[in-house]
Amino acid sequence: MAEQGTFEGYGGRHVPEPLEEPLAELAGAFDQLKNDEAFQREFESLLEHFGGRPTPVFHAETLSERYDTEIYFKHEDLLHGGAHKLNNTLGQALLAKRAGKERLIAETGAGQHGTATAMVGALLDMDTTVYMGRHDMGRQEMNVFRMRLMGADVEPVERGNEGLAEAVDAAMEDLIERTDETHYLVGSAVGPDPFPRMVRHFQSVIGREAREQVQELHGDLPDACVACVGGGSNAIGLFHAFKDDDVAFYGAEPAGKGLNSGQHSAPLSATEREDPEVFQGMRTRVIDDGTENHSVSAGLDYPAVGPEHAALQELGRAEYHGITDEEALAAFRELSEAEGIIPALEPSHAIALACKLAEADRHDTLLVNLCGRGDKDMRTAAEQFDLS
Amino acid sequence: MSGGTGESRIPAAFESEPAFVPYLAAGDPTFEASLAYVEALERAGADVIELGLPFSEPIAEGPTIQQAVVRSLDGGMTVERYFEFVAALDVDVPLVCMTYYNLIYQYGDEEGPEPFVERAAAEGIDGFVVPDLPAEEAGPLRAACDAHGRDLVSIVAPTTRDDRLQRLVDLSSGYLYVQARLGVTGARASVSDRTTESLARVAETGTDLPRAVGFGISSFEQARDVIAAGADGAIVGSALVDIVAEGHAEDRPPEETAAELEALGRELKEGALAAAEPEASQAD
Repeated sequence: MAEQGTFEGYGGRHVPEPLEEPLAELAGAFDQLKNDEAFQREFESLLEHFGGRPTPVFHAETLSERYDTEIYFKHEDLLHGGAHKLNNTLGQALLAKRAGKERLIAETGAGQHGTATAMVGALLDMDTTVYMGRHDMGRQEMNVFRMRLMGADVEPVERGNEGLAEAVDAAMEDLIERTDETHYLVGSAVGPDPFPRMVRHFQSVIGREAREQVQELHGDLPDACVACVGGGSNAIGLFHAFKDDDVAFYGAEPAGKGLNSGQHSAPLSATEREDPEVFQGMRTRVIDDGTENHSVSAGLDYPAVGPEHAALQELGRAEYHGITDEEALAAFRELSEAEGIIPALEPSHAIALACKLAEADRHDTLLVNLCGRGDKDMRTAAEQFDLS
Repeated sequence: MSGGTGESRIPAAFESEPAFVPYLAAGDPTFEASLAYVEALERAGADVIELGLPFSEPIAEGPTIQQAVVRSLDGGMTVERYFEFVAALDVDVPLVCMTYYNLIYQYGDEEGPEPFVERAAAEGIDGFVVPDLPAEEAGPLRAACDAHGRDLVSIVAPTTRDDRLQRLVDLSSGYLYVQARLGVTGARASVSDRTTESLARVAETGTDLPRAVGFGISSFEQARDVIAAGADGAIVGSALVDIVAEGHAEDRPPEETAAELEALGRELKEGALAAAEPEASQAD
């Protein structure tokens, strides 16, 4: 396993032997291509012309006044597809294509990552299969339609809880069976090496742009960066460019019905602190056995967290706080009313945390990653706020 | 049961004739039925038995084994129950605990794998297979196995590169688990060329460890063919677990399922032996 595949002892490559070599090859291809100028140019060109980068940074005046804190949003919801996911799927698909793979597979929970994979599959003319739990397919029908419209095969996974974890298993099995022609496009900064550092690499465009843009608008760096954390790819993508700056990092984890409710997906901010575990190929922190994996946001209900976040917390470089379903829904509504932006429920967690930090007067300037738009959450909103 | 002290009995199990190495998930679907199933496999002629300790998040196990894991966990299997299970088994063949890194490293109060290995050894486990343990992190478990006279079995795959292969061979004791084909566990139709190739590559390392081939073996012919291809043992999991699954689904009496397991077990053992008989038949 590559030494750079661990973060303070977290991460690593804990996979069955048949996956070891394909992942070592992938790590080799990544190490080579990340410094390849032609590859980087192609990636950046597609991000610009296909994806719509750079996405703007927006100064939220109403919220800034209300909380007496300068609040800036990185508008990743304006990226093609409506979320930050494309940065990663485009980067990995280009890499896979260079490595001679003809076929993309992905797991998806809510369907956002599956959709972003279907987009690049169509763009780059690669066969695409997305594994999705049967239960999730029922809940996220629109995304199933989107994926199929773009030519992806959506494979229902009918085992266990028919959710994201089972979809990951099914994708792993596919990868083992058809490793020669297949790239498994992992959707967050999780899993065995090289995925956490590779996903960070492709997502770090978020922070690189934002760092420049905030300085242009504000004349200085922000005091803190705030992002939601499920697996943690949008957060690590924002944080990475600021890692050597005097800028604080805050991750908003989904506290579900409360950190003491036994129903959340917040391993780093949980009150019951477990020892690190090996989970889905990486050593990281996982919610304890007695806790049911739950969040109002389908994109955050992951029982573990990307290994680099576990390391950043241990180093004291980043803080992680739980935001409940209720707090996230309130922030979802507040941003919609105050700024005319409907955020996804995922970044609503980050917005809620930013408002709390502002109320506690911890910082003067906050940069929040608005990592996705809220169209997909309209049904939840309609039920919650009686919009019919 | 008769294990518990002294050295691992695994090396002796491969000495005289081609070995039949069945796998079952302990406690699938219940503690009592599972005891009877494991004992049936000994009667069938098992030389070593791989006994799965279920983990709730196995990685890259096929649906057959995953469902066995679910049944076993639903039946109340825990690490503690597993040790009780091993102690309660009335079998005389060496037992290999097949499980995952988390369960081994998180057992007991001390850090590391030592408490698990010590307890397992005391209950009669002879060796361990840990699919998600990277060779790079296997040092502490290897040391604990050495300290307690147990074996640590490495898995090698058709994709394993030569430098890693040597490392895995050096790490391993008891036997080497050679994956017959690329893929997750599950019964398949025929023995692939890659099996022959993998066995040849292992032989080139100069190791004298027995080589047991697993993944996809479900019949007399396949057991015979892997031995003919140069293996010292045939590992069979999914085909046996399928019988347990079916018995459970159809609500058959455990004795009936045990008899079926024994019958398939005999067929597989005979297949393994058939290849070793008169030189002639299986040269290619």
